[in-house]
Amino acid sequence: MANIRWKLITIVVVFVVFAGVGVYPILAARKGIQSPGWLMDKQLKLGLDLKGGVHLELRVQTDDALRLETDTETERLREELTKRNIAFTNLVAPDVTHFRVEGVPPAQDAAFRAAANEVSANFDRAPGSNGTYVFTMKPNIQQQLRDEAVVQARETLERRVNELGVTEPSISQQGTDQILVQLPGVTDVERAKAIMGSPGLLELKIVERQAATREELLVNGQVPAGMEIVPGAGGTGNAATTTYYLVRKVAAVTGRDLRNARPSLDENNQPAVSFTLSNEGGRKFGNVTGENMGRQLAIILDGRVQSAPAIQGRITTDGRITGSFTNEEVNNLSLILRSGALPAKLDYLSERTIGPSLGADSIRSGATASIVGLLLIVVFMLIYYRFSGINAVVALIFNLVILLGLMAYIGAVMTLPGIAGFVLTMGIGVDSNVLIFERIKEEMEAGRSARQSINAGFSRVFWTLFDTHIAALISAAFLFNFGTGPIRGFAVTLALGLASNLFTSIFVSKTLFELELSTRGHGATLSI
Amino acid sequence: MHIFKNTNYDFLRWRWQALAVSWIIILAGIYVIATKGIPKGVEFAGGTVVITQFEQQTSVQQVRDALDRNYPGGGQNVVVQSYGAAAERMVMVRVHSAGAEAGQSLSGTKDTVVTALQKAGIGGFRVVGTEIVGPTVGAELTSKGIWATVLSLVGILIYLAFRFQFSFGVGAVVATIHDLLITLAFLAFFRYDMSLNVIAAILTMTGFSTNDTIVIFDRIRENLRSMRRDSMEHVINVSVNQTLGRTVITSGTALLTALALFFFGGEVLHGFAFTMVVGIITGTYSSVFIAAATVSFWRGSAPTRAAAHAPSMPAAQPPAPQQPTRKTKAQRKARAS
Repeated sequence: MANIRWKLITIVVVFVVFAGVGVYPILAARKGIQSPGWLMDKQLKLGLDLKGGVHLELRVQTDDALRLETDTETERLREELTKRNIAFTNLVAPDVTHFRVEGVPPAQDAAFRAAANEVSANFDRAPGSNGTYVFTMKPNIQQQLRDEAVVQARETLERRVNELGVTEPSISQQGTDQILVQLPGVTDVERAKAIMGSPGLLELKIVERQAATREELLVNGQVPAGMEIVPGAGGTGNAATTTYYLVRKVAAVTGRDLRNARPSLDENNQPAVSFTLSNEGGRKFGNVTGENMGRQLAIILDGRVQSAPAIQGRITTDGRITGSFTNEEVNNLSLILRSGALPAKLDYLSERTIGPSLGADSIRSGATASIVGLLLIVVFMLIYYRFSGINAVVALIFNLVILLGLMAYIGAVMTLPGIAGFVLTMGIGVDSNVLIFERIKEEMEAGRSARQSINAGFSRVFWTLFDTHIAALISAAFLFNFGTGPIRGFAVTLALGLASNLFTSIFVSKTLFELELSTRGHGATLSI
Repeated sequence: MHIFKNTNYDFLRWRWQALAVSWIIILAGIYVIATKGIPKGVEFAGGTVVITQFEQQTSVQQVRDALDRNYPGGGQNVVVQSYGAAAERMVMVRVHSAGAEAGQSLSGTKDTVVTALQKAGIGGFRVVGTEIVGPTVGAELTSKGIWATVLSLVGILIYLAFRFQFSFGVGAVVATIHDLLITLAFLAFFRYDMSLNVIAAILTMTGFSTNDTIVIFDRIRENLRSMRRDSMEHVINVSVNQTLGRTVITSGTALLTALALFFFGGEVLHGFAFTMVVGIITGTYSSVFIAAATVSFWRGSAPTRAAAHAPSMPAAQPPAPQQPTRKTKAQRKARAS
């Protein structure tokens, strides 16, 4: 008797705890009952497909990070060679992981090697004929740069999404170069995409010359060494009025030197973005502006010159980006600049939006299917197993309560396929009871007493149940690994349902039988 | 209550006929797939789905006409369906293309569809849901889905080979592959789109279709110890008969919930529920006719004594005495009810 009492206490405690975590907050939220925050915080979370929101899969173009590294090293080598008066005929980067020096005179070979050793530690150097050297980025550096680019992109997106004020966003890496962004409750996809996908690369560069066409800026048909040509933002995007700027390739300051950026107005009361540089950035900026008094400074955003004001005096920490912006553009731009530049461009691989009304529809039909499923199972079990059917139904309800509680506790997300998993858990969960009950029947027919039959039924079936649950868990594990978002929710629901089912169909159900037998004497029969 | 009490069907006698029926369905499925292909959902095929909700009742035909007139290249590549309950006035438009993946142009096709509908002047509407998938995701998902299914089968084979004998593992996996093929055939017959949810249902089915098989195998293993003089075929037949009731009931309860999902679970879960319904039915059939028959075939019908070295179940008790012939009056009555 004492044994049963403890088992019953355990069961009641487990039930109360899981019902408190898993079921009560849902009911309280629906009925508007005031409840302590610590309880409501654990409330079962709904997935995007039920709550509504935006689901984006992005790919980071990690080649961009490699190209940046290769370009930077190429320019550093160019500077170093010029400084040391080492002659060469050409220095180019044909693709993202290589650059090539041509025409180094044999007499300066040793000097060239010494200079190259200084600057290009991340590259392997291979000599060719006629003073040609090919520099190849080391494979481990390539890998490292790609990985870093993805991590940085993820962090930048996190900052931007947080600035957007989305509650409970989820931004995670998937695979080697993809990022999954989930924004619950967001309906303005275009703004979210514009803000997330914008490179946000701010560069301030000294202007050498400007002209109406690209060709006018070329020297001997080529872009002068150490320079680049950047198109202007061109007023309202009219190609005819676009100005081209020849600017120094090395930026005076970049977005990395920013401390803050905020919307403001320019002298004509047009929307503009004011920025403040960090101390280090301010010092660099002060030097550059001091040396280039009277020249133009190009303010380049994502590869387009927004404006190119003349430098009136030495500027240290504060500046302003003007152009023909709307108020919204100014807000977005300051947000983007504050959260930092993306290390690489992003591609959108898939985009899914679920309006709140669609989500509500799904919740409704999921709930209907759950109730119908539950009723069907309860009616069947009561008809087929009579009094023992009550035992199975109690175990089933326990199972569902524990499942909801577990999901809420570990912060799992309920999705529409998750609801399907919940409904299937009912149908598959009672299978354990069916197997046990059928075995008990069989043992009783073989002439054993009710007590013996129950003990034999549970112990014989235990390993069968163990095997079936493990087999189902194996497929749930691969399902989890395969899927994203909603499907993961399904796999989690299924796996937790299997685990709690093993507890309820064995421990709870057996205790209920023992309780029933203990209230009656020896030789009692069983309604099964 | 009791169904299938003390039955004595000779299931193994019917294995060739059963196999023939299965092959007919599978070959018909392969034929349909070969001629018409597997319809792929937007997640796998890539493309654009726009779900719109109209302010006034708008027929699918109206939307189709609107797209015929205003969508570039006409509406022949556009699928238009009503979506969800009629009272919701929702229409789904699916186009088999999406904008380019580079940069932000992926949603270009969606914008074209929305503009075409706006120009048609068929009443106000809102876009309540969109799904736009570029080709990369679809290609990756297809290979991931196939791998997940294959690895899950291998995992189950290894587990069952470890817990039972190898022949049992083979039997279970052959039965599961059978279920997979039959389910795919039915999906092809009824032209359900291959979607993420359907793949999830298929994977779930591979896990659960082994359940009935494991129950039967457990009984075979138990009976092998007490029925050492009998042929393997006889032991299998007795075991299948002894467990027939629970095989049918356990599948029945699972089927009840799958049907609840099919009829009440809503538009999104339709393919999922259909796959589960087919999977549960064929899973039951295959545990009886395919799994056990495969074990019998693999092992031959030699007396079981040679094979009685089955790893013993932990915590197993001496098996219950076999009394298939002793029937009481009460039992006969129960059988009649």
